[in-house]
Amino acid sequence: MVANSKRQPVSAPKKGFGAFLQRVKESRTAWTYIAPAGILMFFITLIPQFYQIWMSFTDYRVKNLRFVIFNPATWEKYAPPFVGLDNFIKILTNSLSLENYNFWRLLLFNLVWTVVNVSFHVALGVAIALALNTPKLIGKKIYRALFVLPWAIPGYITALTWRNMYDDRFGAFNQLLALFNQWFGTHFATDTRWMTVAQPPIGGPLAFLPLAFYCILLANIWLGWPFMTVVATGALQSISADLYEAASMDGADGWRRLWYITLSLIRPAMVPAIMLGSIWTFNSFAPIYFISQGGPFGQTEILVTQAYKLVYNQRLYGVGAAFSLVVFFILLGITLIQNRVTRATEAYDV
Amino acid sequence: MSRKQKDILNQILIQIFLLLVTASVLFPILWIVSLALDPRNIDKPLELRLIPPGASFAAFHRVLLEPFKLLCSDPSDVTSCMTFGRLLGNSLLVALGTSVVAVLLGASAAYAFSRFRFIGREAGMVGFIALLMLPASATVGALYVLLSQIKLGAETLRTTLPGLMLAYASGTLPFAIWNLKGYFDTVPRELEEAAKIDGASATQTFFQIMLPLSLPALAVTVLFSFMSGWTEFALAWTLLEAPSRFTLAMALRSMQGQFSTPWSDFAAMSILMSLPIIIFFFLAQRYIVSGLTAGSVK
Repeated sequence: MVANSKRQPVSAPKKGFGAFLQRVKESRTAWTYIAPAGILMFFITLIPQFYQIWMSFTDYRVKNLRFVIFNPATWEKYAPPFVGLDNFIKILTNSLSLENYNFWRLLLFNLVWTVVNVSFHVALGVAIALALNTPKLIGKKIYRALFVLPWAIPGYITALTWRNMYDDRFGAFNQLLALFNQWFGTHFATDTRWMTVAQPPIGGPLAFLPLAFYCILLANIWLGWPFMTVVATGALQSISADLYEAASMDGADGWRRLWYITLSLIRPAMVPAIMLGSIWTFNSFAPIYFISQGGPFGQTEILVTQAYKLVYNQRLYGVGAAFSLVVFFILLGITLIQNRVTRATEAYDV
Repeated sequence: MSRKQKDILNQILIQIFLLLVTASVLFPILWIVSLALDPRNIDKPLELRLIPPGASFAAFHRVLLEPFKLLCSDPSDVTSCMTFGRLLGNSLLVALGTSVVAVLLGASAAYAFSRFRFIGREAGMVGFIALLMLPASATVGALYVLLSQIKLGAETLRTTLPGLMLAYASGTLPFAIWNLKGYFDTVPRELEEAAKIDGASATQTFFQIMLPLSLPALAVTVLFSFMSGWTEFALAWTLLEAPSRFTLAMALRSMQGQFSTPWSDFAAMSILMSLPIIIFFFLAQRYIVSGLTAGSVK
């Protein structure tokens, strides 16, 4: 999963023109291997992406769908007008005629959503992997098999299931609370409208997070930790038992062993998984779109669900394209920063 | 406390923790199972009961055997409606096709990135990662126009299952190449060097040494690309036209009506659609762990 660019070619480098010729020859072989994937992606992924970049500078709407670049007859009538950076300016200055639209609130919410989710995924994922790694654990195989279920079930099926569990009248959560009241004589409300309550459960600086946020968060934590457990398990299995013995002899107690051996040795495996997990969570469309649908009042909307609504509901293709590009640059920035931070600490490793 | 007592206490605490985790993992799953078994096919269950009164497999029976009345080529003719079997055939074709294309093309490209030092290598790698991050929400229009240009007899590539398959495969390739390259990097070069001395060509080394040694990563790639072909429905709704080409994921989505959902049928179909993926996960579980992490752990 991670690029290993440190490895150098085995054959000794030649110098001068001969080296250049050999490099050209090797390049030709290499590109032959890449060609099938390259050609497919060029046509199916790359051209539409370039088209999307071009669209982001135009006021592309429904009628412009008739514009076919291969057919000059459609050029004059259906070509979308070029508007320069207009779409981007509208997006960033909140000048889109959309209800509850505020780009900076969306971005803040999206970042909070990602950081909180990934933290829970990693903490829970590693904790469960450590528990599963206990020697002589009873039922280890059964646990391992059960714990991939949230990951193995197709995402939108789980998302729709969770949405229905949060139903105010028939959902599993209100029914569970009712059952609880019956058993223990408590008086929890059993008609909570989980997705539409506007009053934030925690006030102060966290008042921008509605109850729906915590509900989707719970669903997405349920969805996300098994991946981290799988990665952490793989890394834990590669740690040699000798290290722990040596540490015990040196008098290191359980917590020190956990911190200095276990966690520092699984870190190289967790870092790329965290980066991948961050990208996935940042763009986690299904949980938001199917569970809260961005509500209440757009407070749980993230950037990709907003982009999707711009394209499929509003039919503002040009603005939607610009939105995708903005999301791309934000993700690129986050990835570069993460890369920088993790590389910077790498130097201190033994 | 003796060592043994400590071990037992440890075991008990960990078992309690893991049982709690198990309960939370199983709760939504058991809930959907109980919906599927509910004979009343109501919108939502009225009380929290794992086994609903009069539980039956009627919903599974309906989903598997009755025609899908919303997906018919000719609305007046029931025999033109899609059945579970025909939807399954389309889904299998698309999902298997997607994974075969993704794993073959992905492995070939990943081999080049892992084993050759060539002109444009760095740029190529960066390009693939960038594609992982570019949201594709507005590319669907361009893809629609593009695939409509390629004619296959009387119809265009856009409305056919192979067209859909190529679109999915292309979408999964960046991850496939990235993951396979990471794994290939960990396969020792000495084996290939030895084969080279014995006179094997690059292609022979690739097929006879690299691929057999990389089974875990290949399994992960097959699984992930199969999953994306198996569950995707949004692009399929946009591109396909004839109901006879529709897939299971599309049929499941069409059940989520605007006003009402045949909830037991929906739950039963969700379970049927999840089963092959879950079985695949279980069978390949050992591979998945090493296939995903070998690139970063020695």
